[in-house]
Amino acid sequence: MSTAVAETTEIGVVPSFTVTLFVRRFSKEDDLEARWEDFDVTVHGTDRVLDALHKIKWEQDGSLSFRRSCAHGVCGSDAMRINGRNRLACKTLIKDLDITEPIYVEPIKGLEVEKDLIVNMEPFYQAFKDVKPFLIATDKPKAERLQSPEERARFDMTTKCILCAACTSSCPVFWTDGQYFGPAAIVNAHRFIFDSRDEAADVRLEILNDKEGVWRCRTTFNCTEACPRGIEVTRAIAEVKQAILRGKP
Amino acid sequence: MVTIETPRSPRTRKSANREKWAWLFMRASGVVLIVLIFGHLFVNLFLGEGIKAIDFAFVAGKWANPFWQVWDTLMLWLALIHGTNGMRTLVNDYSEREGIRKFLNASLWTVCILLIVLGTLVTTTFDPCPDTSVVDALPQFCK
Repeated sequence: MSTAVAETTEIGVVPSFTVTLFVRRFSKEDDLEARWEDFDVTVHGTDRVLDALHKIKWEQDGSLSFRRSCAHGVCGSDAMRINGRNRLACKTLIKDLDITEPIYVEPIKGLEVEKDLIVNMEPFYQAFKDVKPFLIATDKPKAERLQSPEERARFDMTTKCILCAACTSSCPVFWTDGQYFGPAAIVNAHRFIFDSRDEAADVRLEILNDKEGVWRCRTTFNCTEACPRGIEVTRAIAEVKQAILRGKP
Repeated sequence: MVTIETPRSPRTRKSANREKWAWLFMRASGVVLIVLIFGHLFVNLFLGEGIKAIDFAFVAGKWANPFWQVWDTLMLWLALIHGTNGMRTLVNDYSEREGIRKFLNASLWTVCILLIVLGTLVTTTFDPCPDTSVVDALPQFCK
């Protein structure tokens, strides 16, 4: 008795495949300049670039260094340049990339590389601090400060920022000009400038009405494309520009 | 409970901010230039006999009219300042050494001012029939 043996896949089993990752590596102690190192990794269709990096670190080369914390697109630690685009490694499914070609993973640009995919975020955070990213209000209410849904919606978009630096490190002005505040700082200024409860919009507008402030923006839209949270960063910057011209939010 | 009234004092400004005005100028001059340039192209290349009409007499005729003198002078100034300022932002964005940046910007503005001066001289003092003994070199309509 001949039976046609059908190719069956067990239910619940996710197909796996092998991909090559080229990872940009650098160590201050051992390297004069960064180099590419390739790794072959067997991954599943449900795996993200972060999972592939984990497999490399856990199974092939424990010295590979990268940041990640929550691994679910909330903490903003693992922004990196994947196939030339800034993304969160934890939100990029490998199957969505072109897996017939190697996948290139680099640290984000414009910030000093400390090791492998880890960069010094200090200049980025400094620009963030410089725009006063906190509520400034002089009133002392007994209960919470009320705000209408419309007033809240005015800055809803920019509350989504997770400070991953994907936008700022995709900005060509930021790459060469170490003084530019950068998209992320302007987004976080926008979040308070247009908040009806805040009283220091003029202070922030004055800070950003600087040679290295919003006027450095060339509207290349790299930041909007890079944002893993879907914030229309270039639009937020344009709104801050208009607010400066008006002299009020 | 301790409340901090002003956690951080505002940064003091070093100098007046010219970037805002440069940015505004680029937008305003861009809009005006669209009208000026397309108007210029339309009148020169499209109206009447079109491109075949353009010769020395055509240009001389236009510059005999104060309207076109103002039009062309304005177009010259705005286009040169707009273009030079655009180049300045490129230089500021991409030059890494301060000396090179200053040199490139100084060169840009020198060329810009030179061209504005020469161009303005032409549009404002143009005379198609100068008083000269070399009459042969003059166009037909001067004789």
